[in-house]
Amino acid sequence: MKSTFNSDRIAPALSLADLEPGTEGVVVDVAGRDPTSRRLLDLGLIRGTPVRVMRRAPLGDPVVYELRGYRLCLRRSDAARVEMRVESTAGASHPGSRA
Amino acid sequence: MNQAAHRTSQEPIRLGLIGSPNSGKTTLFNSLTGLRAKVGNYPGVTVERREGRVRVNGGEAVVIDLPGTYSLDPISPDEAVVTQVLDGEVASVPMPDALVIVADACSLSRSLLLVGQVLHRDRPACLVVTMMDELRARGGELDLERLSGALGIPVVGVVGHRGLGVAELRTLLAHPETWTQPVIAPPAEPSERAAWAESILDHVVRRPVGPHTITDRIDRIVLHPVWGVLLFALVMVTFFQLIFAWATPAMDWIDGMIGLAGSAARSTLPPSLLTDLVADGLIAGVGSVAIFLPQIVLLFSLLYLLEDVGYMARAAFVVDRAMGRVGLEGRAFVALLSSYACAVPGIMATRTIPSPRDRLVTILVAPLMTCSARLPVYALLIAAFVPARNVLGPIGLQGLVLLGLYLVAPVVAMIVAAILKRTLLPGEGMPFVLELPTYRLPTLKLWLSQVWRSASAFLKRAGTIILAASLVLWVLLTFPQSTPPGDLDDVQAASWSLEQSIAGRIGHAIEPLIEPLGFDWKIGVGLIASLAAREVIVATLAQIYTAQDPDASLRAAIRADVDPLTGRRIYDPGTVAALLVFFVFALQCTSTLAIMARETNSWRWPAFAFGYLLCLAYGFAWMARHITLALT
Repeated sequence: MKSTFNSDRIAPALSLADLEPGTEGVVVDVAGRDPTSRRLLDLGLIRGTPVRVMRRAPLGDPVVYELRGYRLCLRRSDAARVEMRVESTAGASHPGSRA
Repeated sequence: MNQAAHRTSQEPIRLGLIGSPNSGKTTLFNSLTGLRAKVGNYPGVTVERREGRVRVNGGEAVVIDLPGTYSLDPISPDEAVVTQVLDGEVASVPMPDALVIVADACSLSRSLLLVGQVLHRDRPACLVVTMMDELRARGGELDLERLSGALGIPVVGVVGHRGLGVAELRTLLAHPETWTQPVIAPPAEPSERAAWAESILDHVVRRPVGPHTITDRIDRIVLHPVWGVLLFALVMVTFFQLIFAWATPAMDWIDGMIGLAGSAARSTLPPSLLTDLVADGLIAGVGSVAIFLPQIVLLFSLLYLLEDVGYMARAAFVVDRAMGRVGLEGRAFVALLSSYACAVPGIMATRTIPSPRDRLVTILVAPLMTCSARLPVYALLIAAFVPARNVLGPIGLQGLVLLGLYLVAPVVAMIVAAILKRTLLPGEGMPFVLELPTYRLPTLKLWLSQVWRSASAFLKRAGTIILAASLVLWVLLTFPQSTPPGDLDDVQAASWSLEQSIAGRIGHAIEPLIEPLGFDWKIGVGLIASLAAREVIVATLAQIYTAQDPDASLRAAIRADVDPLTGRRIYDPGTVAALLVFFVFALQCTSTLAIMARETNSWRWPAFAFGYLLCLAYGFAWMARHITLALT
């Protein structure tokens, strides 16, 4: 039942899975509207949300992210749906700094 | 006063408790209801249903602890329960009169997204902000009055595990009809809702919450590529050792007490069928339920301790990749490890797995883990038939065979899990979602109440089925009653009666079916009796072979047994190999079937598990027999 429309959109240019631990980015979009993508939105990965990559699990997957004041582990395959942009300017708002 | 009198004269108010996992919702529920919660299942799904009566000022209310949810946009039938209850679509659960939303003070930015969805439903609602102590400790400060003004609903801050703020909450919960409601519903579209949440935060955050430095420091070790893995291994080995070793004395004690109670019943009551029923049926049946309690209490004590501290999520994080290879997830590891002690608590431990599909697959493969009830069977057969000689230097053949039996099961379990995920239970599925909470000191009261709930849920919900099953087995092994020939002694008479019983007749009837494995009717009776618990086959064989002592004389008796027609040794190497392999796979355990039925809320899955494991058992046993016969 996979539509080509969805699978085309599931590989964004820069995804959350591409970011290295220690870096930060801002959510641009979550590809697709299937249950997995809807859940990623529900978890707070909404356009404009700052996300910090904390660390990888010992075996390389999953990865811990910090956003909206909590820490969330996602597998790379799911994180790859989240399109990100990295702001080069320092001093962007800290993802864990808000309540 | 009038209002209070009015309240008691009608049905109590029904309040729905709604919040995301880790929001402190369950802690608040426990704090409000104490131990007076009723546990059940929602129809058709595996979600636990919990309701409790709560004292509120001027009367009582019923609180429905809705399953933790990230969203009111369900992506699985289990999650859909929340919206169905809110809409009054679950026949057995009346629609709640008002909603109590629970949100973590330290991650309000995320929690407000769910608050927005709930408020969109235009129902009386209030917000409980939990973990106010942690917020303060991390230097954060919220203006709850402004939050109440911005949301348009009443807001109360609490520290759930200490009960702070709960008195104020009880006052509020008494009169939902007085609650203010938002003038305009929050926007429905996700990014608009996120903007709405941001604007509220701008308005109510006096000081932003800082990092939890202790958590960061601990995680530097716990999540470290080397130290983290070592710690994980250490915790899991200790965990397993404690369930295995600590439970044994208590289980032996219960076993002894049941034995004493049985003989006490025999010596005080006159010899009759009723006495047999009491001693062998009822007391033994109660014993077969009670015997699980030490492991269940220990397992859940350790599990909740690690969970409350915050380690379980880290353990799942560390091991997720390995489990992901076979289509399971990190949280399945602990359940499967526990199943090595016993599948009953192991299956109960799968409750921590949020995806219903992953949970079901884990439940279905849990019986393959080599539980402790198999050991007496392995021990008897290996001691009787595997030569005690050394191979590969100091390593004995007997130990090697035992190790092989222990290792083959998890390998097959992983293969079965991978196949089930691809065939029977396919689908888009849910993403792997795991939160790493901050480390916390657990409170004794909450910890004990969680353990108590698990143990009492087991007794009430599975204990009854296990008791009934053991009574049925007693009937099968006892009836029809017939008088043995007079020249037999007691032991021979017992053997004779067993052969005449329904179980004995079934054993004869299934003989043609199990003959390809080399099993005769006596093993058939043993297999039927072992449905009560695997190790029962040893006692049953002892009874059939009129052996006084299951260790020495039973070993000699089964070694010497020959087929009366062909003169073939019954326990030739092929039969022994087949019987060992049969016990690796077969789901010979009504207690496991009972707990499966309870946890999956249907008899379909236990029937499926029994069937597929019987097929595996038969197939591999047949292969083991023929390979062994070809080699020897």
